[in-house]
Amino acid sequence: MYEFDWSSIPGALPFLWEGMKVSLEITLTAVVFGIVWGTALAMMRLSSVKPLAFFAASYVNLFRAIPLVMVLLWFFLIVPQLLKSFLSLDPNTDVRLTSAMVGFALFESAYYSEIIRAGIQSVPKGQVAAASALGMSYAQAMRLVVLPQAFRNMVPLLLTQAIVLFQDTSLVYVSALADFFGAAYKVGDRDGRLVELLLFAGAVYFAICFAASQLVRRYQKKLNAHVAH
Amino acid sequence: MSYQWNWGIFTAPAASGDGTYLGWMLDGLQVTIALSLSAWVIALALGSLMGVLRTVPGKWLSGIAATYVEVFRNIPLLVQLFIWYFVLPEVLPFGLGERFKQDLDPLTQQFVSAMLCLAFFTSARVCEQVRSGINALPRGQKNAGLALGFTLPQTYRHVLLPMAFRLVVPPLTSEFLNIFKNSAVCSTIGLLELAAQGRQLVDYTAQPYESFIAVTVLYLLINVVVMTLMRVVENKTRVPGYLGGK
Repeated sequence: MYEFDWSSIPGALPFLWEGMKVSLEITLTAVVFGIVWGTALAMMRLSSVKPLAFFAASYVNLFRAIPLVMVLLWFFLIVPQLLKSFLSLDPNTDVRLTSAMVGFALFESAYYSEIIRAGIQSVPKGQVAAASALGMSYAQAMRLVVLPQAFRNMVPLLLTQAIVLFQDTSLVYVSALADFFGAAYKVGDRDGRLVELLLFAGAVYFAICFAASQLVRRYQKKLNAHVAH
Repeated sequence: MSYQWNWGIFTAPAASGDGTYLGWMLDGLQVTIALSLSAWVIALALGSLMGVLRTVPGKWLSGIAATYVEVFRNIPLLVQLFIWYFVLPEVLPFGLGERFKQDLDPLTQQFVSAMLCLAFFTSARVCEQVRSGINALPRGQKNAGLALGFTLPQTYRHVLLPMAFRLVVPPLTSEFLNIFKNSAVCSTIGLLELAAQGRQLVDYTAQPYESFIAVTVLYLLINVVVMTLMRVVENKTRVPGYLGGK
């Protein structure tokens, strides 16, 4: 029978926390950038300018068809070279974190754009008509009337996607970057306590994601009650 | 940048001695497809069972199913995979873990762990879709079944599930696509599927762009083939009178 030995975890907590900060940093950048670029993509896709709509559709379909692991491998291969040749960085600079952030942001924006597109389409057409009847331009109608309503309906979905994204950040493991999971794996490997560290990592991810998804669920209920009245 | 493109690399004899680098990629493609399909069969069976349990009366069964879903949805796939592969063989009781490690060759161990991981991970998602399909049916259907003298299992078997499954074909399609994409995660335990073959190709050929482009195109191809096949299934199973129906 396996003898559990959890003693290597307490001493490793500061190192694991450093890893957690990397995970959260990647999640946050990717969420912010993903929503901004995702909104732009969604508006392009719904626009009547054909080339823009075509570009956005191709971008979204391409990224949604490729595994995230493949996208990350691409970014760890290419982005460091580009950064180094454009910014003439020292070849030994560690740009893995930047590559990871760029990769996640561009990948997730494809998913965010689909959520946002559905959100924009859920706003009744009469709202746009009313806005233009009031003399607003298309941009004004979007900014002042459509997007605020669309985003309010989308908040739960955007947050759920952020939880998924937080889980996906563990995949930076393929670049040996020490995010939370990478840190846990390293400690377990070093101390020969992989079993305990992997179970611990799983429990931490579960606690965070479960709590976050319960909060989102409660928020969603409140939102539904608000809309119903 | 002075990159030397060389697409001929795929027909060059591979370092392993037999076959070409193209052969390596096709081997990887086979593993990806075998892994995804076998995991999908288990996921569909397990997910349907759990989906049914989530809707039955009685707190116990639906509570178990709900916990199951939360566990598999709130732990990252990579962590789950490592737990299946590194942790379970160590902690399984009755010498099962020992037998897993000693009786199976390493390649089979990787494949089995990866398959079970993808299957359970996906089954939680299938469960939620099946549940929403059952819940989307008018309540009268179940009552009508019971009123006709069906037992509850019979009502599920003959009334609820045939309709529910037809309703959830489109969301299940996207889960089916996801299982192929998620299978790429299994390259991290050394399973030589498509993404892993891509990385190996980079190491052996020093032609990273050709290798990754080829692998990416193969994933796109899988995507297109699955979508085309599933569109046929969706058209066949569509329910007249429902949204998206005829």
